[in-house]
Amino acid sequence: MTQTPMSLLCFIAVCALATFMTRVLPFIALSRQADHPLILHLGRYLPPAVMLILVIYAMRDWRPFLNGAVNLTATGGPILLAGLIVAGLQLWRHNALLSIVAGTGAYMSMIQMMD
Amino acid sequence: MTTLPVMFGYLPLGAAFGILAVDVGIPWWGALTMSLLIYAGAGQFLAVALLANQAGLLEVAIATLMLNSRHLFYGLSLLRPFAGAGWRKPYLIFALTDETYSLLTARANTTGHDHAQAFRLSALNQLWWVSGSLAGVLIGSQMAFDTRGIEFVLTALFIVLTIEQARRLRQWRPFLIALCTALGALVILPERHMLLGAIGAASLILLIQYRLDASLRRHQEAS
Repeated sequence: MTQTPMSLLCFIAVCALATFMTRVLPFIALSRQADHPLILHLGRYLPPAVMLILVIYAMRDWRPFLNGAVNLTATGGPILLAGLIVAGLQLWRHNALLSIVAGTGAYMSMIQMMD
Repeated sequence: MTTLPVMFGYLPLGAAFGILAVDVGIPWWGALTMSLLIYAGAGQFLAVALLANQAGLLEVAIATLMLNSRHLFYGLSLLRPFAGAGWRKPYLIFALTDETYSLLTARANTTGHDHAQAFRLSALNQLWWVSGSLAGVLIGSQMAFDTRGIEFVLTALFIVLTIEQARRLRQWRPFLIALCTALGALVILPERHMLLGAIGAASLILLIQYRLDASLRRHQEAS
């Protein structure tokens, strides 16, 4: 790769600026409307919706219906099982750290044992 | 304590970024500067790919904007919580990643906005990210301990936070909306646009729902 330190810094600056723009824009454009009922409505319902979307996004490697059947192959089984462990523990004990550590431990041992 | 899951997610992910960056020929200080100034997981992986392909600066700017445009929707629900944060506000906005957003919106007392706590939480998360990148740069491609599968920790974090949101809200509508838009986006859109598409569609449906509820209320008051 032919990069001078200067051009690399320019590149990083463009990435940093573009990323910050996406984060700061709503605060600049809508700062006066913070108490608008529509903004309050979105503030109440958007976070739970985004959270579930992130779960589904994070589990996208598990194709739930591969060729019309429930996918329990190498990529599907461990994610499904570990996800159920996390959800079950969380509903039962309400201890976030316990649910996360147990689920991740289970997932890591499952995929490391498979090959 | 609350940032511990993020630590387990960010350290290996940051390390993966550091290793990748060194691998394509970015100097160690370049990789660290990226984690300090850009601070976006998927965005930085994209940046490395663009650098390796010698992409033009305009192309880089547009691709980065598109990839990170889901952040636009995060700000919407944090306008009020961040109001009055004073000198901390610019950093809180800068450090708004997926994981930090989910932690901030899931904090127990969302009514009394504790900006100092939010600041600590955001800064700690970035510290994990930068430390991970540093470790990745140092380690190069030699991994001493088998970390395969550790990325599941972020999935687990999102599952826990969804359950906690559901316990607090006790309404099924936002979750039904999320299920439909996420699965729809997964089927229709290419993977890199799935998150933006799903979050954008969910915002749009919530907007329509707000309008319908408002006109319904007006209707009831009139009759």
